[in-house]
Amino acid sequence: MPDPAPPSPPQLLPLRVEAVGFARNGRTLLKAVDFRLEAGRISVLLGPNGAGKSLLLRLLTGLLHPDSGRIEWNGHAPEKLRPALGMVLQKPVMLRRSVRANVEFALARTGLPARARRSSAEAALDQGGLLALADQPAMQLSGGETQRLAIVRAWAQQPRVLLLDEPCANLDPHSTAGVEALIRHIHAGKTRVILSTHDLGQARRLADEVLFMADGRLREHAAADIFFDRPASKQARDFLDGRLVL
Amino acid sequence: MDEFRQAPAIALELLITLEPELLAIIGLSLTVSLAATLLAALIGLPLGAAVAVYRFPGRSVIAALLNAMMGLPPVVVGLGVYLMLSRAGPLGELGLLFTPEAMVIAQCLLITPLIAALTRQTIADLDRSYREQLQVLNTSQPVMVTTLLRDAWLSLTTAVLAGFGRAVAEVGAVIIVGGNIKGVTRVMTTTIALETSKGNLALAMALGLVLLAIAISINLLAGMLQQAAIRRHA
Repeated sequence: MPDPAPPSPPQLLPLRVEAVGFARNGRTLLKAVDFRLEAGRISVLLGPNGAGKSLLLRLLTGLLHPDSGRIEWNGHAPEKLRPALGMVLQKPVMLRRSVRANVEFALARTGLPARARRSSAEAALDQGGLLALADQPAMQLSGGETQRLAIVRAWAQQPRVLLLDEPCANLDPHSTAGVEALIRHIHAGKTRVILSTHDLGQARRLADEVLFMADGRLREHAAADIFFDRPASKQARDFLDGRLVL
Repeated sequence: MDEFRQAPAIALELLITLEPELLAIIGLSLTVSLAATLLAALIGLPLGAAVAVYRFPGRSVIAALLNAMMGLPPVVVGLGVYLMLSRAGPLGELGLLFTPEAMVIAQCLLITPLIAALTRQTIADLDRSYREQLQVLNTSQPVMVTTLLRDAWLSLTTAVLAGFGRAVAEVGAVIIVGGNIKGVTRVMTTTIALETSKGNLALAMALGLVLLAIAISINLLAGMLQQAAIRRHA
């Protein structure tokens, strides 16, 4: 008997973020963030460390709730949308089991029957170039392999949108190239990619559009070529010129 | 001081000769304490993990209670179980008083809070690094509990071993509910208490050394299993 088809995840785009603010311990961490994202492009949240990029991604996935404003994925609240809304954390945690079992764990959370998990996990690992490592303990992987496994694990849940928080932080160029190739491969499929980075080079390589953040505010939202050629804000110009953004 | 000099020789003789009576006492000690530890682990591990993972009103009170109950006085537990199992007690009809089963119940009640409290702390520490990851993978709270228990099992063996250590060394509760009946409920600790009261200090100390050797052996075995698992997984 064939496996029952999983229910179709809801269409998530456009994403509407309206006047979102967030504060903790008397400090304003995000202030009046407004933007709208449409389907079809890789969006890069760019900005220096401490700009609020990771916090904004957590709000977009419903891990945290804004103190003010509203976030809606095509009219849906983010916390109702997992696993259609996937996320890869900056420091992903690998479960203490094999590489394959990590992906199978993620597949089990989607309700995929046990008998179908092994082949699905191996197909996902194959696309991430990790199939040869399937039986290795996940905690023995290198930094680049760990990051690719984290992406494959999240992607295996077939999210409509995948958010990646600094996916190449602290990786060497070879590992970064592997992760970026995987991100492009995912984007070429049905999954919309939104990622944060403070790496200007990575933003240039991957972004179709840039959301530039500094000091808890969204300073610019523009197509990548326009942003890099004619940045409108002083903070963006400073960042692109390699000056400290204060 | 003769007893101190004689004890090692008597202990060695006991271990070499392996008298049937001694073997029966050791066997019953291990059976009762292992059964109590198994039961306490089945209750204490999920209980401690659930208190660590679930967010509900009164959670910190339960955590504090578990911590406080780690120091439950054995004689109080023994007395409570005695009252429950005595003929006039609510469970008197079961006829469990002065049986090994009563000793298992008493030891289980004594060590469940210990295992649960140590588990809660271990899982709470792991939960801090795992929670967000498990949330983004769409993990329900019951699955969080089982996942954290699985990933923390190496650390949790210490909690279970601590429970076993307390159970096997316990005398106050088991002597009340077991009665130290020869061939029925006599275990290592109650035998040591009996021999001490009879003035056979060398024999009591020798039995104590045997008990110590058993406890050390079990801990060494668990340590070897842990090391093998560490080499295999990380």
